[in-house]
Amino acid sequence: MTGNRIQYRMAKQKILFGLFRSAAVLNGLALFAVVYFITSRGFSALSWEFLSQAPRDSMTKGGIFPCIIGTLCLSGGAILFALPVGVATAVYLNEYARPGKIVGFIRMAINNLAGVPSIVFGLFGLAFFCIILKMGVSILAGALTLGVMSLPVVIGSSEEALKSVPDTYREASLGLGATKWQTIFRVVIPTALPGILTGTILALSRAAGETAPIMFTGAVFFTPKLPESLMSEVMALPYHIYILATAGINIEQTRPMQYGTALVLVLLVLGMNMFAMILRYRLRRKMKP
Amino acid sequence: MRRNEYLIKAFFFLTACVSVTILALIMIFLVKEGAPILSHVTLKEFLFGQYWYPTDDPVAFGIFPLIVGTVSVTLISTLVSVPLGVMTAVYIAEIATDNLAAIIKPLVELIAAIPSVVIGFFGMVVVSPFLQDTFGVPTGLNLFNASLMLAFMATPTICSVTEDAIRSVPESLKEASLALGATHLETIFKVTVPAAISGISTAIILGMSRAVGETMVVLMVAGGAAMNPHSLFDPVRPMPASIAAEMGEAAFGSEHYNALFATGVVLFLFTLGFNLFAAWIAGRYNRK
Repeated sequence: MTGNRIQYRMAKQKILFGLFRSAAVLNGLALFAVVYFITSRGFSALSWEFLSQAPRDSMTKGGIFPCIIGTLCLSGGAILFALPVGVATAVYLNEYARPGKIVGFIRMAINNLAGVPSIVFGLFGLAFFCIILKMGVSILAGALTLGVMSLPVVIGSSEEALKSVPDTYREASLGLGATKWQTIFRVVIPTALPGILTGTILALSRAAGETAPIMFTGAVFFTPKLPESLMSEVMALPYHIYILATAGINIEQTRPMQYGTALVLVLLVLGMNMFAMILRYRLRRKMKP
Repeated sequence: MRRNEYLIKAFFFLTACVSVTILALIMIFLVKEGAPILSHVTLKEFLFGQYWYPTDDPVAFGIFPLIVGTVSVTLISTLVSVPLGVMTAVYIAEIATDNLAAIIKPLVELIAAIPSVVIGFFGMVVVSPFLQDTFGVPTGLNLFNASLMLAFMATPTICSVTEDAIRSVPESLKEASLALGATHLETIFKVTVPAAISGISTAIILGMSRAVGETMVVLMVAGGAAMNPHSLFDPVRPMPASIAAEMGEAAFGSEHYNALFATGVVLFLFTLGFNLFAAWIAGRYNRK
């Protein structure tokens, strides 16, 4: 009797563990399906011409060079804003602040900022950067909007990196007579730098893939010129995919361009993510005694 | 020397306040640009009006169908993403060998990295024709398709937060349960998961919040009809889709422009509510 009971319990465990495993496998399969599909259909569109030329014949021919440049400008600009502000915020929270109401309030604001929908950042960028600050639809306005959105990510990963610096480092530096600022600048930040960079790459890849924040603030459907200044409007990879797939007059004729653009964006974003993952893995191994 | 140190600290404090300022500016500008719509329609008409005809004559600015759209895609995607995310997290944290977990975990993180526009595109060109062929529905761009794509996007969030919660359950609790003769499965269901339940709740809320605010997927895949859906395969127009699709055409300062910002306010309040609720649960748990 008890033997049967145990067998029943073990069988139940086996079945349910199988179920859990299939849930995990399902995630992998879904990822594989998306990547496989984009790669198999987009691969034939890839060529040197596709990467290095501007679109022609109402987007049915030519390439996506202006979109690549635009995306690099927008996401790079976003990081130029988010990295210094984010690291400084993390330094304040981790090195200077004492727990209390003010710090709790700042943390609450950061958490809520992280939860603001991307389209709301777009609305904010439009009303504040484009209209009130008179930037218009420009690289500057788009990059700042993306930068504001990336800020919580940079703060979070920088803080984690600062936390992983052992207190003995700080104590040793202070004990040698260094001031607090010297300790932070010469000891803490250099030690945390690889971790901060890993987080920055992840933030950069996210900014590069976002569409909603830039659709009213920085990106346009088509512009014949490459960006000349911060005030230029640009084309961008994610917005290009969206426009070609939904709003063009020749949706069917531009299909190969759509697949190709999606593949370039996926390669760019996943490439950066894998690079960051490898960095993080090597970092963790180094930190272990 | 001492004064310099004080100035440096003040500088870092001011930078830390940038996030607070930005959040405040977002709220101020959403309200400033959204509030004027209330001189055309009452709050009740705006929130509960059944008709969203922003460019017709006469115009109607009722966002109720848009709210229903957002709520329905969020709930249906949650039905998929919660079991999937939680089960994957349990598998990674409790069942898989370390080597296997080291493969699955990065894969799940990579899902989170795929740009939303690519997932929307996938939903349009692959899932939509598939749904049309398989279920014989008139359009593959509908509530069901959008919910599936959103579930795919929300799963990594739910999975990683749940995994952290499960890993933070003390080993001694599990060992005590196993020593009493419970199987591994019984320990997971009766000890580990209940002990981690507040973290898992936070994970679910964060996942839902992500689905509420996600724009590109619902813009490309949900079908775009501003109607209350009657079946799983009806097209819907969630709030973010409406804002994203129409803002390009709405003239600056027009009623339509104000109405879209006001929709943004409602959307913002939704996600703010979710985040505060998640913080409240986490805070209550930490105090214990």
